[in-house]
Amino acid sequence: MNFIKGLKCRECGREYPEEPIYVCEWCFGSLEVIYDYENIKKVLKRETIENREKNMWRYREILPLKDGPKAGFNTGFTPLFRAKNLEKRLKAKEIYIKDDSVNYPTLSFKDRVVAVAVSKSIEFGYDTVACASTGNLANSVASIGATCNLKRFIFIPADLEKGKIVGSLIYNPIVIAVEGNYDQVNRLCTEIASKYKWAFVNINIRPYYSEGSKTYGYEIVEQLGWKAPKHIIVPCAGGSLITKIWKGLNEFLKIGLIEELETKLYAAQPEGCAPIVKAIKDNTEIIKPVKPNTIVKSLAIGNPADGVYAVRAVKESKGYGEEVSDEEVIEGIKILAETEGIFTETAGGVTVAVTKKLIENGIIPPEESIVISITGNGLKTQEPLYDKIYQPIRVKPNLESFEETIKNLRR
Amino acid sequence: MVKVRIPQPLQKFVDNQTEILVNGKNVKDVLNALIKNYPDLRERIYDENGNLRRFINIYVNDEDIRFLDGENTTINDEDIISIIPAIAGGENDFK
Repeated sequence: MNFIKGLKCRECGREYPEEPIYVCEWCFGSLEVIYDYENIKKVLKRETIENREKNMWRYREILPLKDGPKAGFNTGFTPLFRAKNLEKRLKAKEIYIKDDSVNYPTLSFKDRVVAVAVSKSIEFGYDTVACASTGNLANSVASIGATCNLKRFIFIPADLEKGKIVGSLIYNPIVIAVEGNYDQVNRLCTEIASKYKWAFVNINIRPYYSEGSKTYGYEIVEQLGWKAPKHIIVPCAGGSLITKIWKGLNEFLKIGLIEELETKLYAAQPEGCAPIVKAIKDNTEIIKPVKPNTIVKSLAIGNPADGVYAVRAVKESKGYGEEVSDEEVIEGIKILAETEGIFTETAGGVTVAVTKKLIENGIIPPEESIVISITGNGLKTQEPLYDKIYQPIRVKPNLESFEETIKNLRR
Repeated sequence: MVKVRIPQPLQKFVDNQTEILVNGKNVKDVLNALIKNYPDLRERIYDENGNLRRFINIYVNDEDIRFLDGENTTINDEDIISIIPAIAGGENDFK
């Protein structure tokens, strides 16, 4: 069954048919998929969803595919769990981790958006998928595109972490390393997308692609027993994830899957690239582009495509935004690893550190339910940690050497 | 003459060209020259108040004009101007 009504400009409201277009040709505002919620409400009940397989397609009526999914049959429904050790460390009462560092197949939340985008690209008849990426998206398009036998062009900034480059190359796509930052890569890709008939998942397929992020929010609610938490801390790069989590929560309210919604959303960014947080703090919708300078490469988008909408989502939800230094990011990564046994990437260090700061500053009341978004895996971004963690302790292969060493150990 | 790259959503207003050569000393001149030849572009590039639309980014060579002199950014003959949909990102500061 198909519940998609078409596309609508988020600025001027003009409507468009369901095509591979991404900006309003009138005002250049971005386009969003609209659905027939009245009819979705009739068929999509809690029990319907609960009886389906544990992947992101359990919410398929509110995802933008006509012909059904072509990929991502193991994607989504990642763990959400109570983080007792972290609660103690951050002096809070009820913290949950939503852990997409183990999302399938490429260990980041991007597999959700790519599963939708690749399926939609096939629906539109494309034989080539492409993306501009800070790394995680690249890995996901390279992998999921391969399973659907599509040609793949992956554009990345040339200075990405090795783990993220190898994590794309292994699937044998064509990887173009652009000598510039992400914003320059994105600009180049926008021009390429104007000339070549490829499905750029985060450009001309963007209205569909970004809908996949909603499933991260849907799952938080379902896994908390059909209850939206009081606070969700979300990492922001282009601003799409936080925008779509907010859309998803409101859709659940609209179609009656939850009765109330009092969730506040918090945008989390590194100090070296925080244009969204700055706009939130300045109480403006004007996003001032910045030149990123941070170890958090996956959030290093200085000119965020959905920045305005991220700010709106935060404001509508009565949340806030916070930024943290690179040192705090490293500390955040370590705290999560030492307390909950999760090795997250730098973006996860940002959300943990921002949560800590928001609790310490009294912005989030420590007794209320908090969900921290962990969206990527630390094995991909090891470089910034090399000189920030303990090194292995070398011993000779005999008992004397070992005992001599631990005698002097001060940890 | 400077080369102006036209993004896909605007190509149908310029006889499906992807690049157009025009004259101009600064970004404003160039855009006006372009609009003179293709009047339909005016209301696509500028809003009712004559400001650049908020979801359009203009680049001179590899630099966003918001990091340069905005619409007053000087143009030399070899320069390439790109009109890029912001995909909703970043508002123009130079009003």
